[in-house]
Amino acid sequence: MSGIPLQSGLVVAGLLFGLGAAGVLFRRDLLFILLSLEIMTNAAGLAFVTAGALWGRPDGQVLFIFILAVAAAEVAVGLALVLWLYRRTGTLDVDRANRLRG
Amino acid sequence: MDYAFYIAAAAALAATLRAITASHAVHALLYFIVSLLAVAVIFLLLGAHFAAALEVIVYAGAIMVLFIFVVMMLNPGPRSVQRERHWLRPRIWAGPAVLAAVLAAELVYFAATGAGRSAGAGQVEPAEVGLALFGPYLLGVEMASVVLLAGLVGAYHLGWHLGRRPGGRETGEGEA
Amino acid sequence: MLNGLWLIPALPFAAFVLLAAAGKRMPHPAVAAIGTAGTGLSAVLALLVGFDYALRPPAGNAFVQTLWTWMAAGGFTPEISLCLDALSAVMIATVTVVGFFILLYSTEHMAGEEGYSRFFAYMNLFVGSMLTLVLADNLLLLYLGWEGVGLCSYLLIGFWYRDVANVRAANKAFIVTRVGDTALALGLIVLFAHFDTLSIRDILARSPDRWLQGSGPAAWAALLLLGGAVGKSAQLPLQVWLPDAMAGPSPVSALIHAATMVAAGVYLVARMHGIFTLAPEVQALVAVLGAVTLLLAAASALAQSDIKRVLAWSTISQIGYMFLALGVGAWSAAVFHFATHAFFKALLFLGAGVVIAALGDEHDLHRMGGLRRELPLTFWSFLAGAASLAALPLVTAGFYSKDLILYQAFASPQGSPWLWAAGLAGAFLTGLYTFRMVFLVFFGKAGLPVIRKPGVAVSISLVVFSFFALTVGFLQMPALIAPVTVFSDFLSRTLPVLPVVAVSPATEILLLLDALIAPLIGASAAWWLTLRRPGFTARIERSRAGSALHRFWLAGWGFDALYETLVVRPFVRMARLNRDDVLDLFYGGLAWCASRLSYRLCRTQSGSVRRYALGVLAGAVIALGLVAWFKEFP
Repeated sequence: MSGIPLQSGLVVAGLLFGLGAAGVLFRRDLLFILLSLEIMTNAAGLAFVTAGALWGRPDGQVLFIFILAVAAAEVAVGLALVLWLYRRTGTLDVDRANRLRG
Repeated sequence: MDYAFYIAAAAALAATLRAITASHAVHALLYFIVSLLAVAVIFLLLGAHFAAALEVIVYAGAIMVLFIFVVMMLNPGPRSVQRERHWLRPRIWAGPAVLAAVLAAELVYFAATGAGRSAGAGQVEPAEVGLALFGPYLLGVEMASVVLLAGLVGAYHLGWHLGRRPGGRETGEGEA
Repeated sequence: MLNGLWLIPALPFAAFVLLAAAGKRMPHPAVAAIGTAGTGLSAVLALLVGFDYALRPPAGNAFVQTLWTWMAAGGFTPEISLCLDALSAVMIATVTVVGFFILLYSTEHMAGEEGYSRFFAYMNLFVGSMLTLVLADNLLLLYLGWEGVGLCSYLLIGFWYRDVANVRAANKAFIVTRVGDTALALGLIVLFAHFDTLSIRDILARSPDRWLQGSGPAAWAALLLLGGAVGKSAQLPLQVWLPDAMAGPSPVSALIHAATMVAAGVYLVARMHGIFTLAPEVQALVAVLGAVTLLLAAASALAQSDIKRVLAWSTISQIGYMFLALGVGAWSAAVFHFATHAFFKALLFLGAGVVIAALGDEHDLHRMGGLRRELPLTFWSFLAGAASLAALPLVTAGFYSKDLILYQAFASPQGSPWLWAAGLAGAFLTGLYTFRMVFLVFFGKAGLPVIRKPGVAVSISLVVFSFFALTVGFLQMPALIAPVTVFSDFLSRTLPVLPVVAVSPATEILLLLDALIAPLIGASAAWWLTLRRPGFTARIERSRAGSALHRFWLAGWGFDALYETLVVRPFVRMARLNRDDVLDLFYGGLAWCASRLSYRLCRTQSGSVRRYALGVLAGAVIALGLVAWFKEFP
């Protein structure tokens, strides 16, 4: 139980976050972008839990729960938008959904 | 113990990498679920059992199921897989990948230069988490509930408009 | 009787309001009746009030009638209150009587003019403003009247506004006097800053305690008041507007020159005499300005060929005499000359108006001539006015007032032989240019034919003014001729009496003789040059130096050109440079930069979500990078 250095947990979190960010940047499909966003929030949750474990305090997990709530809300709205965009334009290509008016 | 952590971390990173590069949406989702399960293992190793359970139940269970539903509704066929392959050429992802790599490097740098303490000072019981949630973080809980409500209302609102055809007249609430 | 004081300015104002409101729809006789009645009743009242004041002087020799409090702002509570003392009594009597007869003259002279009711409305407003000015108990009300007079002069000089030249003359009068008005306003501020009141009587009563003789604030206040007076009274260096003010109808010129506009400056200095006494240098400046102005203007009058311009320059010259008197402390002599001048100058302008109308709007002296037989009444009355202006001895009013000024310029403690010599030279020049005009107009070969003769109203006015121009002088006569001092005794109730330095009887006789002879020489020279040897004058004018001098004097010593170069052109150039507001360039530039930047930033709003995400991420990378950088290299 005691052998995991703190840095390792945080390093993993940082790498996951970077992967998520890369996904947001180079995917064109809105669904994948949302997925990448989930990866990023998950990475943030990992960082919190790791830090909380370091001090043996529950605060890290509390914040993880908040992140969970935010992620749930985000996914609900985001997926509704994905459907809406698909119905409106017939595609999920965000580069074609760049009309700012209506 | 250490080995378990490193294996889980490697699995999480590999699965995530596949998730963001997969051409097929269902494949990506499955890889992501694997990544989430690996992270849950890390949580377990860190002594955060409650968080690990939530990660599996809520993230890998509920949220990912939502994704699956949406993918089913969109029904991306082989054409879209072709298209995704076409989009994922190195010329397109090289720049963003470098940028993201720099970001990750910076984060890793901060993580690595932190205090050299070991984690795992002990297990944090779910009861402690519950006490903290409904004690000092009560306001945060209320705010999270408001966020969830807003998400609910927003999703419902957008779903309502899905019942209308683009450019067509509103056909009444029954159809929504 | 004194309680009716407020009616004196109120009646002309009432006439103005009536005519302005309904004058256009009234028949001309009704307009004329209202227009003359407003000032006429006011004149009757002014005389009654004046006699009442003279016979039963109120306590303190001043009667104050407070109508209402104008405004109350902290300790500053100027009131609409009128003050009748000896000075204002003389002024209102002169202004209303002269004004009434000028209006009577106008009923006929202006008949058939477009804007007949407008003319009478403005004239009544003019008289009313002047009455407000002279009756005002505080300087703020005086300033109101002062500006009213300036406004009316602008309106009346530009009466025939369809001609651009007239409008330009009106603008010039308004703008040039504005320079003086600004000085006056600053003077009022200085006075208020030191006395916390603008009440004239309070300021005069407290100034000797507050200010030392010759102290800085007193000098500044006096100088600024003088600036206002100089602008309104057309003295050096702001005399340039008056000759151009001839653009208005002749009755307007008569009113401006005789009773209302230009007398205001003289009145102001006389009214604020206490301030000037405390600033001896400024008072000396008043005298010197007056002396220089009277000589310059007299020389310019010699060169003019327009009959009204001759009279305009003569007015500047005569006001110069008044300033000379004020400068040497001979307050009552200045006011006396104002009164006599009001009558004979009004007479001369009305006479000139008849002549101009008779010849079909001809102003050129050289195209007139021999009118003595065609217009006998006009001739005799014009002669009376001219004699009074030239101060021909014994029989004219002008002689007595001018002699008093000359005598006191010599004998007063502040006087000097130089000022006296300037006045005497001016008297000679006055005789010369006045009678040059008389001889050119009424004698010699007949010029243009007469097409219009004066009617009843005009004749009455001319006769009345002739009577006054000859007889007003008998109110005050030199001790050597007859010891009559009614006028100065009356004014001594308000204005301090000049402590006269004793002069020997021989000197006194010599001074009187000089004053007797100088105008006569001038008049004789005029006769010799215009009637006996017209060729001589022409030869002088043709010679190189002579023609240059003639042009120089004709242009009024080149002041217009000087101001054109020094003030007008630089100002116009600056205005042109600043057409788009130089300071605005800065703000406009800011707006331009913001708009350009906004345009550039608009381009980033491409709607491409990935581009936005890239921006967010790049920001995060840079921020984290900076933190790492400072952590490593603090």
